[in-house]
Amino acid sequence: MKKKSGMLAAPFGIWMALFTIVPIGIVLWFAFTDANGQFTFDNVREIFAFDPSKGETLWNDSFVSTILYSLWLGFLTTVISLVIAYPLAFSISRATERVQLTMVMLVMLPMWMNFLLRTQAIKSLLSESGLLNQFLGLFGVGSLEILNTDVAIVIGLVYDFLPFMILPLYSVMVKIGKSEIEAAQDLGANVFSVFRRVVLPLSVPGILNGITMVFVPSVSTFVISTLLGGSKRMMIGDVIESMFVGEAPNRGVGSALALVLMVLILICMAVTRLADKSESTEEGGFAL
Amino acid sequence: MKDVITLKDIAVSFDGETILDGLDLSIHDGEFVTLLGPSGCGKTTTLRIIGGFITPDRGDVFFGDQRVNNVPPHKRQVNTIFQRYALFPHLNVYENVAFGMRVQKKKKAEIAETVEKMLALVNLKGFEKRAVSTLSGGQQQRVAIARALANNPKVLLLDEPLAALDLKLRKDMQVELKNIQKSLGITFVYVTHDQEEALSMSDTVVVMDGGRIQQIGTPTDIYNEPQNAFVADFIGESNILDGVMREDYKVEFFGKEFRCVDFGFEKDEPVDVVVRPEDIDIVEPEKGDLIGRVTNITFKGVHYEIIVDVKGFKWMIQTTDFHAVDSVIGIMIDPQEIQVMKKSEYSGLYGDYSSFSEEFDGLADPEAENGAAQ
Ligand SMILES: Nc1ncnc2c1ncn2[C@@H]1O[C@H](COP(=O)(O)OP(=O)(O)OP(=O)(O)O)[C@@H](O)[C@H]1O
Ligand SMILES: [Mg+2]
Repeated sequence: MKKKSGMLAAPFGIWMALFTIVPIGIVLWFAFTDANGQFTFDNVREIFAFDPSKGETLWNDSFVSTILYSLWLGFLTTVISLVIAYPLAFSISRATERVQLTMVMLVMLPMWMNFLLRTQAIKSLLSESGLLNQFLGLFGVGSLEILNTDVAIVIGLVYDFLPFMILPLYSVMVKIGKSEIEAAQDLGANVFSVFRRVVLPLSVPGILNGITMVFVPSVSTFVISTLLGGSKRMMIGDVIESMFVGEAPNRGVGSALALVLMVLILICMAVTRLADKSESTEEGGFAL
Repeated sequence: MKDVITLKDIAVSFDGETILDGLDLSIHDGEFVTLLGPSGCGKTTTLRIIGGFITPDRGDVFFGDQRVNNVPPHKRQVNTIFQRYALFPHLNVYENVAFGMRVQKKKKAEIAETVEKMLALVNLKGFEKRAVSTLSGGQQQRVAIARALANNPKVLLLDEPLAALDLKLRKDMQVELKNIQKSLGITFVYVTHDQEEALSMSDTVVVMDGGRIQQIGTPTDIYNEPQNAFVADFIGESNILDGVMREDYKVEFFGKEFRCVDFGFEKDEPVDVVVRPEDIDIVEPEKGDLIGRVTNITFKGVHYEIIVDVKGFKWMIQTTDFHAVDSVIGIMIDPQEIQVMKKSEYSGLYGDYSSFSEEFDGLADPEAENGAAQ
């Protein structure tokens, strides 16, 4: 028995080794060696470096600021996606089977298109003479300069990653039986109570998955930010990219950045999950 | 007695198919009412109308004198034990039972006390911390019972609450539920398709079929004076014969007139006649009103069940005496043991016991027979 399942797991093990362990090993190697292959902390130190003599600070002028900025945009994207996706996923999960199928298809449809194309589309929508501004013009609202702002980046991120929030939510919500909701109503729970005591706690696994699947890629994204945010500010993904393919490449610092980002994301995810645990143990309900 | 729940001319259809058709029902305060009928006859639908999960297409639902057609479930003072338990998978046994009280924001100590009492009542002490997914079907069912009772309802709706329990536990829980109902004075609306359960527990039995009420009455009424062939066949064993009402107190079948206690029929009105197997006396052939030949005998413990061929119609008779196959016997029936019923859509659906033999015992089961007839 044991041997068999071990053999079945072998391809996965090889996959993990090739595409997870080895790349992380390489990143670690680059991050902690200098050009001569000597062990060094310089690359990591570089991330926190700033020059006080030029009036620079840790929070504004080092790589740290870019990391924080990316985490902030990722956070905004995740929250907005959750707010949009939650009611949407719930109403899909309560619809008839055929409507469910259609809606899920519609949610997935944009994912089948290259995300660069989609981002370009958003760019033209938001541009000065784009559809959005033309539409607003009909109501006499002056043309808004959305493009090349943080707002544009967040709109783009939400647009690109929303399906990754909807689908995990939908897949747990569709399992919440009508009968459990009816039982709660029967026991005196009004709409709000049913939501707080049954629907929300039962959808927590979906929320956590959705958060992970949106937060991680939006924090580390690149291209989207350059396309929509202009050259004003770079997200950390852009910086890392430039460290490998840019005009002044520095593999060591790029790897150190990637490593720090990974650790930060892991910490964020761990905090989310811990918060869920501590809240669901008391009273068995879910404190809002 | 005061009516707590009244259903007036209720009709419901799903996808154009009529499920309930002109249902009238009054439930008294503190009464144990059982809805009894074959699968798919609309028992659960009736409960869901009372619980507020279905709004009838036609007719009215009253709680006391208040019309509640549009009152949502959470505002109705009834609780339901659902046919498929519907426990909350994210909560343990304790929290499932506490749910209603938590919604009502009861005090912690009161909740703890009630939960403990309810779990003791359903024999689940020590299961507080268990996840409901780790419970057996019967245990889940008992959690569902505790959860509904913990809410201290005025009316409790029970949808086959004992179906998943083994015989011994079912008998115990029957007694337990009946005690709870009596001691707390709660009105029970109980759904079952087990006629024995219905007859032994209820104050009033409502026999349903095809979305209509066939008969409402006390268990003895239902058993002794069925109103039509369906009820007679569904409840217990019965010989259902074609007869003609010659005049008041006089019914004819098998070409012979019998005295009976029924009256108020037209002269020479065709009727259905029911005689229960245990109400037939076996006598010497020459003394009998009818004469027949024994074709089968089965020992049932307290009595024998014999099948007797009378002019091609196979009767079932229960007797404490042994009668050999092929022996010829006489049949005598007391007037009060003859139940005369008006002809109905069910007349002629239930034949005699000719398909009966030991191997085919299942065919004599009212439910199976009814299923085949549909
Ligand atoms: N939501 C629904 N949509 C369509 N048809 C339904 C729905 N609910 C019930 N029905 C149909 O209504 C009929 C009565 O159903 P109901 O659940 O009331 O039967 P029941 O008497 O409780 O049967 P059982 O003893 O099997 O539980 C059945 O034919 C069922 O298929
Ligand atoms: Mg049912």
